[in-house]
Amino acid sequence: MDAIYDIMEKILPFSWVEYNFMKNALLAIIIITPLFGMLGTMVINNRMAFFSDSLGHSALTGIGVGTLLGIRDTNLSMVMYAVVFALMLNYINRRRTMSTDTVISVFASLSMAAGLMILSRGGNFSRYSSLLVGDILSISSPEIGLLLIIFIVSLAYWSLCFNKLHCVGVNVTLAKSKNIRTNLVEDTFSILIAVIVMLSIKWIGILIVNALLILPAAAARNISSNMREYHLFSVLISVFSGIAGLVLSYYLGSATGPTVVIIASILFFITFVIGTSRGK
Amino acid sequence: MSNSFQTEHENICMNANHGRNDDSACGFHCIKINDISVIAGGQTIIDKVNLHIHCGKVTAIIGRNGAGKTTLIRAILGEIKHSGTIEFMDLKNESRIDLKIGYVPQYINIEKNSPMSVYDLFAGYISNYPVFLRKNRKVYEKVVKQLSIFDARDLIDKRVCDLSGGELQRVLLSIAVTPVPNLLLLDEPVSGVDQKGLDLFYKNIQYLKEHYDLAMIVVSHDFEFVKKYSDHVILLDKTILREGSFEDVSRSEEFRKVFGGIA
Repeated sequence: MDAIYDIMEKILPFSWVEYNFMKNALLAIIIITPLFGMLGTMVINNRMAFFSDSLGHSALTGIGVGTLLGIRDTNLSMVMYAVVFALMLNYINRRRTMSTDTVISVFASLSMAAGLMILSRGGNFSRYSSLLVGDILSISSPEIGLLLIIFIVSLAYWSLCFNKLHCVGVNVTLAKSKNIRTNLVEDTFSILIAVIVMLSIKWIGILIVNALLILPAAAARNISSNMREYHLFSVLISVFSGIAGLVLSYYLGSATGPTVVIIASILFFITFVIGTSRGK
Repeated sequence: MSNSFQTEHENICMNANHGRNDDSACGFHCIKINDISVIAGGQTIIDKVNLHIHCGKVTAIIGRNGAGKTTLIRAILGEIKHSGTIEFMDLKNESRIDLKIGYVPQYINIEKNSPMSVYDLFAGYISNYPVFLRKNRKVYEKVVKQLSIFDARDLIDKRVCDLSGGELQRVLLSIAVTPVPNLLLLDEPVSGVDQKGLDLFYKNIQYLKEHYDLAMIVVSHDFEFVKKYSDHVILLDKTILREGSFEDVSRSEEFRKVFGGIA
């Protein structure tokens, strides 16, 4: 870790590099943002924006259920709850008795209410309010290590399963006729999103995590005409917003998460104007 | 399988085989769909449908909206739970083979402005090389080759959302026959296709019939197409009301009841 710090201090000529918490935050952002940019492309293509949003909101419930069961590690209880929540949504959704939006709304509301109820018992909910906006400056080196593992796993998943996921998004029946195990593909992707969203929530915040997943990809869509451009732009926009947001928040003294989202939103509107003026 | 059926069948095959090249339908493959029923939510949607389908033949399914045509297609694909069996037989040596099914959907979920080229769409189905990386030359050549069969070669770098109905149809058709299936299912393939696209589509179906060893089931509202290109017509409403040649079916009492005397 010290070696990395040394390198960062040498190549970055800024005063904020002196602080270890800034170096950690920068490392975390360099790991998380490309992932969000990459996964966001398919979250949008497969129309899962609402799904990932409600997943984020279920974080509180995960913590709540965890405290009831006596699980100390909030990361563990959040991830477990989110995975169960995601799989259950997929299962109910496949029965096609209601529209997807309705199913997600019902479960998200129930889940969030349950979480708030459990956590507000005894009137000490304010303890958890930091989760709403997150705090990337408090990240520690072991936690960066965990993010790095997730990063590697996601890259492996993406190179193995991307094509199949892409086919499932286009048309489920067509994908089935090509012998793609559509349920397995959908479920693994949901689990991956659940794990990543949950492990990032402490740093990015419940209110913002979905914006980070959606905005870079949405901005990239404005200016790309194929999958390669889509991925490239999405990752670039995501990484740029992350780093610029961190640095800007340092100078402005604002929370990092919202600053990142503002920058990504500005990029969305810029690409939107570029895209329309190109007459695409 | 009864012997008489088989002999009769082989005769047809002999005739059909005359003067054809190796790629075309051999006539020795037969798909038997036995007693397919679909029950969902306590309601019978498909009731004991039996079909015999031969390679090189086009079977058209017609019927009113909600008659279960798409459900039957999805049951044959194995996407929804159903009772009954689907057997695929090689009549030459009476062996059973795994049935490979190709499918041309009614629509695809691609929104306006979707950054997906025809290459991206196609490559996703035929290769494991991730589409988001640099284009793979081998895959690209394969896609070009397959698209050329249906006059769709020039579309390869276009965005899928910019294609016309007819162009999209030809792309989906090439995807469905890569690799060549034994049975090709087309679910209302001509909705939203203009006249020029229609003509081209019919030409392509004719081409498939003549040059490929596959059977086709087409769900269609287009009686002109059914009349011209299908070998066997099935009038469906939960179960088969009537089947035979288009002339037979269209003159029947059942047909008049369902369609009220059009055509």
